[in-house]
Amino acid sequence: MSTTTRRLAATALATALGTAALSACGGGSGDGSAAEDSGKPAQKTVTLVSHDSFAVTDAVIKEFEQQSGYTVQVLKSGDAGTALNQEILTKGSPRGDVFFGVDNTLLSRALDNGIFTAYEAKGLDTVKPEFVLDAQHRVTPVDSGDICVNYDKAYFADKGIAPPQTLDDLAKPEYKDLLVVENAATSSPGLGFLLATVGKYGEEGWKDYWAKLKANGVEVVDGWEQAYNERFSGSAGGRKAKGDRPLVVSYASSPPVEVLYAEPQPAEAPTGVATGTCFRQTEFAGLLKGAKNEAGGKALIDFMIGKKFQEDMPLKMFVNPVVKDAQLPELFTKHGAVVEKPETVAPDTIAKNREQWVKTWTSLVVK
Amino acid sequence: MAVPLAFFGVFFAYPVTAIVGRGLKTDAGWQLGRIGEVLAEPGIAGVLWFTVWQALASTVLTLLVALPAAYVFARLDFPGKQVLRAVVTIPFVLPTVVVGTAFLALVGRGGLTEELWGVRLDTTVWAILLAHVFFNYAVVVRTVGGLWAQLDPRQEEAARVLGAGRLAAWRQVTLPALAPAVAAAAVMVFLFTFTSFGVVQILGGPAYATLEVEVYRQTAQLLDLSTAAVLTLVQFAAVAGILAVHAWTVRRRERALRLVDPALTAHRPRGAGQRLLLGGVLLTVALLIVLPLGVLVERSFDTPGGHGTGYYEALAQAGSGGGTFLVPPLEAVGNSLEYALAATGIALLVGGLAAAALTRRAGPFVRGFDALLMLPLGVSAVTVGFGFLITLDEPPLDLRTSWILVPLAQALVGVPFVVRTMLPVLRAVDERLREAAAVLGASPLRAWREVDLPLVRRALLVAAGFAFAVSLGEFGATVFIARADRPTLPVAVARLLGRAGDLNYGQAMALSTVLMLVCAAALLVLERLRPDKTSGEF
Repeated sequence: MSTTTRRLAATALATALGTAALSACGGGSGDGSAAEDSGKPAQKTVTLVSHDSFAVTDAVIKEFEQQSGYTVQVLKSGDAGTALNQEILTKGSPRGDVFFGVDNTLLSRALDNGIFTAYEAKGLDTVKPEFVLDAQHRVTPVDSGDICVNYDKAYFADKGIAPPQTLDDLAKPEYKDLLVVENAATSSPGLGFLLATVGKYGEEGWKDYWAKLKANGVEVVDGWEQAYNERFSGSAGGRKAKGDRPLVVSYASSPPVEVLYAEPQPAEAPTGVATGTCFRQTEFAGLLKGAKNEAGGKALIDFMIGKKFQEDMPLKMFVNPVVKDAQLPELFTKHGAVVEKPETVAPDTIAKNREQWVKTWTSLVVK
Repeated sequence: MAVPLAFFGVFFAYPVTAIVGRGLKTDAGWQLGRIGEVLAEPGIAGVLWFTVWQALASTVLTLLVALPAAYVFARLDFPGKQVLRAVVTIPFVLPTVVVGTAFLALVGRGGLTEELWGVRLDTTVWAILLAHVFFNYAVVVRTVGGLWAQLDPRQEEAARVLGAGRLAAWRQVTLPALAPAVAAAAVMVFLFTFTSFGVVQILGGPAYATLEVEVYRQTAQLLDLSTAAVLTLVQFAAVAGILAVHAWTVRRRERALRLVDPALTAHRPRGAGQRLLLGGVLLTVALLIVLPLGVLVERSFDTPGGHGTGYYEALAQAGSGGGTFLVPPLEAVGNSLEYALAATGIALLVGGLAAAALTRRAGPFVRGFDALLMLPLGVSAVTVGFGFLITLDEPPLDLRTSWILVPLAQALVGVPFVVRTMLPVLRAVDERLREAAAVLGASPLRAWREVDLPLVRRALLVAAGFAFAVSLGEFGATVFIARADRPTLPVAVARLLGRAGDLNYGQAMALSTVLMLVCAAALLVLERLRPDKTSGEF
């Protein structure tokens, strides 16, 4: 639609909207938030667009605001895939200045669509080099986490069998009918786990492996919430929902979270991690092309790989820092798993094959 | 008429057209060939088939289960009737993300059906069908029951006096009067189940997908806009077809019926048959609706140290250190209420004006407009949400980061309810009163204020209540556009459920219970305000 028509449509509506807005405010519901939008000059606000899992401690953000003089506004919209797709759709006229939350499974889609402006963050030299996947610095790595099979410690202790450790183990008869996974087509841990098997068994071999998993009674549900909170017998939600699957695809950081959000906190996490089943996910932030506040966006990215932010992430987003000298909280070192050899697949390979793999997987496992 | 038209033009037609256009139009022009290609894809035919038959099955099942209840609520008097009518409506306005969890406790693993008969229904199509009955029960009870209560029983009695048998009298007198309402309810249920999203995702597992689920997957996950656009068009065509049927049944219903005060038609149950029926309906309501909701409440109190209010206390404290919400979860209650109030204001304004316009004019254009107002109920939230993103991006309409976007999106869903509730009442206003006012020199506005307003005040309140409740529970569109610092209740619940840990899960249940109570309170107030004589369809 041309700009003129757009303007016309907009003007035609202005009256209607004006009345609507008035009636809304008259209802006592306007509550100053409109003033919040327009009260400050635009260049003093820096807007971060992210997915629903983004979280940061207030004090940390305040520190950035005091240092830089900018006010931070956060927009969250849906899961990681949805949030990224929204950025692609609004390319050139973004809602914010920085996008955080594109991971290595979707990185190529973001880069191919050219939504980011290259910016080499100050302090990038402190980031472990294995995480820097884009040589042009259109994106900056911020955190990493592992998608792994979690197990219910009590279940395996009761039965007197050792919990599985590797992907091979999961196909063994003693673990028949125990595993629940997420749909690779709709869930990011589901896709991550599929990629772990691709990384381990190769671009052809993974199909045989999944045929074995299927024969061994793997169950697929749509999302992480259902798998973890409903079906998994080791999680707090799953115990209440009488979950009957002691193995689930979740994160290496899930056991510490089970400890943190329990009252009183148990001495030991109720769940463990099968460290030979992991796929490593790295999340990136990038300066959006067409950002209204480029300087602010750059400052925010610098801050995100600064020590303060990096050390805040583990207990807020339950991910690992990417900078060399960041300390992990005790909760993580005590209850979390160290994954020595996670599976990885190059972003380009993922981009080229993702659709086909997911389609094949769906016909193999779901239908 | 101008305001509702502009509203729908800018906040519905324009965004939806733009996002569909983005999918189907390339530099080389319109890619209409994609329609054939997509429809020919092997998976799509299966999705279409499943969408249609599960909606048909859900509709039939809902009618079977809910029609006896419509009779009971209309014609029998029993203690707690008002409360119960509010209770059966709660599922209809609760977000599926919450109810799916509770419903699983009934038919899922370790649920009641498994304990009693060893039957587990999760990830089967039965779970989907039962959940659809659960969600749409109120549509039938309110639509059919509302009319049934106002039918004059003396007409049937007269037929019997004239020698007709009991069954014949019912078939020849009551059934024809009721049939259009039953048809309208069936159409509504079909529409809601045809576009089912959350229920199918949560209860059906990955093997089942409706068109709506597929549109979401293609848009939000795969960014395959052309496939999504084709599917949106298919759904659009289907929904338009359903609405055409709906408009037809509405028109047929508008023949004169002698309506009476519902309070005069209801009586205490008489005889074993009626008592049995009442008992059966109460049992169904208890098992199908109260039980799943009860499970939710029970879990919200089920703390590790025994039953207590720990999760509610945590809700009040959480967020003081910042983090996921940036505001304490209980502030989400405030946000939800504010958004819902604003949405109600917009929906009343737009819907009220539309209903007024529809009352004054007639003809095919107006009927088309009537159907158009229902379309947002049948179009995927993700389509509307993504459409907002690519259209409302330039001043003066760069609303993408503004708080007003949430109530605007919610109002889109609220307007159809306002129109449906107000229209029958407005049509019942005697035109001669308005003419008399005009003759006496009143301006149209004054005539409206002096004649229409007093007559429709209560219908307006009922409509407001519905728009409010629907806005409160709206999740699909809100999740894409809610600002991080001002999450609504359903969004906050979803965020809590997205994390591991006992406290998060417990707080999600507690917050769901709060949402339920707020909904129930709104609906109870609504019950009190119900107009005596004529009420709308809901």
